[in-house]
Amino acid sequence: MSGHTDMVLVDENGMRIDGRTEEQHRPIKIEAGVLNNADGSAYVEIGKNKVLAAVYGPRECHPRHLQNPQKAIVQCKYNMQAFSVSDRKRPGPDRRSIEISKIISEALERVVLTELYPRASIDVYIEILQANAGTRCAGLTAASVALADAGIPMRDIVPAIAAGKADGHVLLDLNKEEDNYGQADVPIAIMPSTDEIVLLQMDGNMTREEFDHAIELAVNACHEVHDLQVDALKRRYSKPAQEESE
Amino acid sequence: MERRNARQTREIVVPGEVLDGTGMKPGENAYVLDGKVRASVMGVRNVFQNTVGVIPLRGCYMPTSGDTVIGVIVDIGPSNWLVDIGAPYPAPLHVNEVPWKVEFGDTSRYLSMGNVVLLKVLSVDESKKIQVTMKDSGLRKIEGGRLVKIPHSKVSRVIGKSGSMISMLKNMTDCRITVGQNGMIWIDGDDENADVAVMAVKMIEAKAQAGNLTDRVKEFIESKLPQSEEYDEDEGEE
Repeated sequence: MSGHTDMVLVDENGMRIDGRTEEQHRPIKIEAGVLNNADGSAYVEIGKNKVLAAVYGPRECHPRHLQNPQKAIVQCKYNMQAFSVSDRKRPGPDRRSIEISKIISEALERVVLTELYPRASIDVYIEILQANAGTRCAGLTAASVALADAGIPMRDIVPAIAAGKADGHVLLDLNKEEDNYGQADVPIAIMPSTDEIVLLQMDGNMTREEFDHAIELAVNACHEVHDLQVDALKRRYSKPAQEESE
Repeated sequence: MERRNARQTREIVVPGEVLDGTGMKPGENAYVLDGKVRASVMGVRNVFQNTVGVIPLRGCYMPTSGDTVIGVIVDIGPSNWLVDIGAPYPAPLHVNEVPWKVEFGDTSRYLSMGNVVLLKVLSVDESKKIQVTMKDSGLRKIEGGRLVKIPHSKVSRVIGKSGSMISMLKNMTDCRITVGQNGMIWIDGDDENADVAVMAVKMIEAKAQAGNLTDRVKEFIESKLPQSEEYDEDEGEE
C-alpha cells in the first residue's frame, strides 16, 4: 500500500490492467463438497486466488477451557501455503494469519446458530493454495459454503469481497498490483438477507465519499457472490439426481 | 421422524433462502425474519399442514430422548462407561443403567473398550448432557455380525415408509438388522446374506436422493441373491 507508482493501474478509458472495468469483479468459481473426509468443504477461485475450506463438527471442544456452556464456538484457522505467493512464505501462523482467522471466525459466529450446540466447537480450516490479493474474502466465501455443506444450522450464507482505491479510482475486488500500489483496500462481508455487515476492515486512506462508494460497490458484488454460492450448493445435490433420472 | 408429504418436486434450499412469505409458520430448521420464513440448514423444503420446514441433507446426529442408538465404548471409568454414539457430546452410561450388578471399579469386566452396545437415550438436557440406558427390553451388548455407519440424515431412507424398506431387507436377506437412530446399523446373518445386506445399505446411502428406492433395492438383492425369493415365500407360508 505504498500509494506511489509510475504504473498506470486505470487507463483513460477506465480500464484496469487485467481488462476489467472499475465495477467488475474477477471471475469466480465455487465448488461445494470437494473433500471426502471433512464434514463439509468448498473450493473457491477468485481470479488467481485458489482457496480450499474444510469444516469439521460440531464436535467436542478441545481445549476444554475454550468451551462456552451457552453456545458453540467457531474456531477458524487460516493458513497460507508456503508456495501460495511468489516469495516463499515462511510456514506457520504469523500475526497476519492469526488476525484473519479471528475476524473470519467472528464473522461466521454471527450467522451460525451457535446456541443449538452448547459446549461444542465448529472447526473451520482455510487453506490458501494460491494468493493474489483478496484471500481473506475468498477464504470467508469458501468457509461459509463449507459450513452450509456440512449441514450446520445458520441464518445465512456469507459472501465477502473487497473494494478499494487505486490510481485515484474506487475499484471493486483489487488484484495484486492494485492492492500493492493502490491507496486503500476495504474487505467487506455481509449477510445477504438483511445486508448487515459481518466483516469490515480498511487499510489505507479514502475520503468519506469514496468510502461510501466502495461499500456500495462491494455490497452489490456480495449479492452476486452469494448467488454463485447458492448455485454451487444446489449443483452439488441436483447433479446426482439428474444422473438417477437418466 | 418427520412425516413427509406426498411426493412433490424435491426443492433443495440453502441457509437463508426464503421458504415462504405468505404467513406460514416456521417448522423444523426454519426461522422467521421480517415476516418471511427462511431455511437455517441446507436440505429439502418440506410443507406440513401450515408449517414449512427443511429436512436436512447432512449434519450431525443430535440425540433426543427415546432414540435407540448403537454406540461404541470409548472410555471406562470406575462407575461408568463413555459411549461414542456419533453425537457432538460424550454419552456416559452409568453402572445403574446396565442390566448387571456392577461393583465399583469393576466396570471393565462387563464392557471393555471397543465393545458395541445397543442403547436407548434416556434424556438430553438443556446443556446437551446425554444420559443413556441399557435397561430396557432388547438393549444389550452386541456380539458378532457387522456394523455399518451411514449419515444419520439417511436413516429414514433405510427404514422406509412405515418400515417398508427395513422389513424388505430383513425378509429378503434373512438377516437380523438393527438400525440405530444415530446411523449405526448392525447386520447379522450368513456371510453371503450379510454381505448383500451391507451392500444394500450402502446402496441406499449412495442413492438416498433417488425416488422409488425400495423397488430398486429389491431388484438389487434379487440379482445378488437369486434364492432370496424363497425366503420371502417361506415367511408368507408360516
